[in-house]
Amino acid sequence: MKTVLSVVGLRREYGETVAVENIAFRVGAGEVVGLLGPNGAGKTTTISMILGVLAPSAGTIRIDGADIATERSRALARTNFAAVYAPLPGNLTVVQNLRIFGLLYGVQALPQRIDALLTQFDLQALRDVRCGVLSSGEQTRVGLAKALLNGPQVLLLDEPTASLDPATARDIRMKIRAYAAEGEGGVLWTSHNMYEIEGVCDRVLFLSRGRILLEGDPKTLPRKHGKATLEELFIAVAREPLTLGGS
Amino acid sequence: MDATRTAAIVLRHFYLLRGSVTRVVPLFVWVAIDIVLWGFITRYLNAVAKSSLDFVPMLLGAVLLWDFCSRVMHGVTTAFLEDVWSRNFLNLFATPLSLAEYLGGLVVSSIVTSALGLLVMLLLATGIFGLSFFVYGLLIIPFLLVLFLFGVALGILGSGMVLRLGPAAEWFVWPIPALVSPFVGVFYPLSTLPPWMQHLATLLPPSYVFEGMRRILAGGAAPPGMLALGAALSAAYVALACWFFARVHRHVVRTGLLARYSAESVS
Repeated sequence: MKTVLSVVGLRREYGETVAVENIAFRVGAGEVVGLLGPNGAGKTTTISMILGVLAPSAGTIRIDGADIATERSRALARTNFAAVYAPLPGNLTVVQNLRIFGLLYGVQALPQRIDALLTQFDLQALRDVRCGVLSSGEQTRVGLAKALLNGPQVLLLDEPTASLDPATARDIRMKIRAYAAEGEGGVLWTSHNMYEIEGVCDRVLFLSRGRILLEGDPKTLPRKHGKATLEELFIAVAREPLTLGGS
Repeated sequence: MDATRTAAIVLRHFYLLRGSVTRVVPLFVWVAIDIVLWGFITRYLNAVAKSSLDFVPMLLGAVLLWDFCSRVMHGVTTAFLEDVWSRNFLNLFATPLSLAEYLGGLVVSSIVTSALGLLVMLLLATGIFGLSFFVYGLLIIPFLLVLFLFGVALGILGSGMVLRLGPAAEWFVWPIPALVSPFVGVFYPLSTLPPWMQHLATLLPPSYVFEGMRRILAGGAAPPGMLALGAALSAAYVALACWFFARVHRHVVRTGLLARYSAESVS
């Protein structure tokens, strides 16, 4: 499996506080990897570094072979993201936002690509509506459409279904799974919904206090650590990271 | 540098202007008020002054040129502030967009908005108060060029300040032209200023424009060397402002300020 995202020795400090400490992982093409951990574990810090909006204190990040520190534009042209804390400008319409970001990502045949994504995410009726007046679920779908504009090799999704109703969330999970199944891109997915993670992810990384504590298949990992479900394992990681880190 | 990405920044600004009266009206209303106000002042001065001085090209022309410079600066900073107001930095700076492409987009947006302001000022100043740019001859071109470049430099500097200090720092940016104007002799010869202000004026490109303008109106000629120095200084300030912005950007990416920009945590 071709590696689309490679993270080696990644570290981030804020003064005395170490937010991310020497983590390393890879995401392969066609793979959906869950990045799990309690609040403040370092998930968003890690994603910010992969997106190039936060410089690591140490370590390297390669996106489809391009080092983000030295080949920033080339690396970022191959990635994209959706996150609840980064909504698209609310004073532009859905189609205007997609057009602008399509140009920024250098998307070929942009009008056709936008039309296909509007249809895929059921946004055709909202194409000329300003994003600021959309419901949070609709804004999430627009954000996902933007995230898929350039068919990224690395797709970063920070709690992508947090504000969606169960039916829409399931639909979105299927779409992202289908995207990964095409085999061109890999997905790094954070979520606090363990049911979702079990259903979507091929592999999970448990992050606690900036370190990767556990890694493995979300279906078999809980049993390996004496837990019945992924949610139980998550709670154990959040409460007793030291005991699990040693196992 | 990819022109398409620069075009995306310009297109974003065009969409915002097209859909918003509150954005379009300020592009020309404040400068129009300035021209009308100073137009009547110059008329009054022409009526009461016993000299042969024509205050229209001297004062009204100066107001017009200085307002053009201010509009260029505001054009750059407003285009930048649109990203601050819409909390768009994460989306924008996580794309392949380079700083040169981004700043290029802000400058092109400013060309469009400041040209609109200049057009309205010219229509009012010539149509109502009889100001003619022909009195400055062809030198109006280098005059506008120097002021445009200096406005761009101030705009990029102001944007860098807001990027570094947080969204509330925009209140530092708006008064910059008013802060600079006493030093560049918009309304009076530099010889009026105390020596320390005159020394500072030599470092500010618009001084050369307004001194040159007054020399022409007094029947002399603006020395080409003076304007060349003004243009060179302006170009140097643009380069310096770009360097400052790039340095600030590097700082906010290193410290994490960009990723938590709305927190306004200056560190």
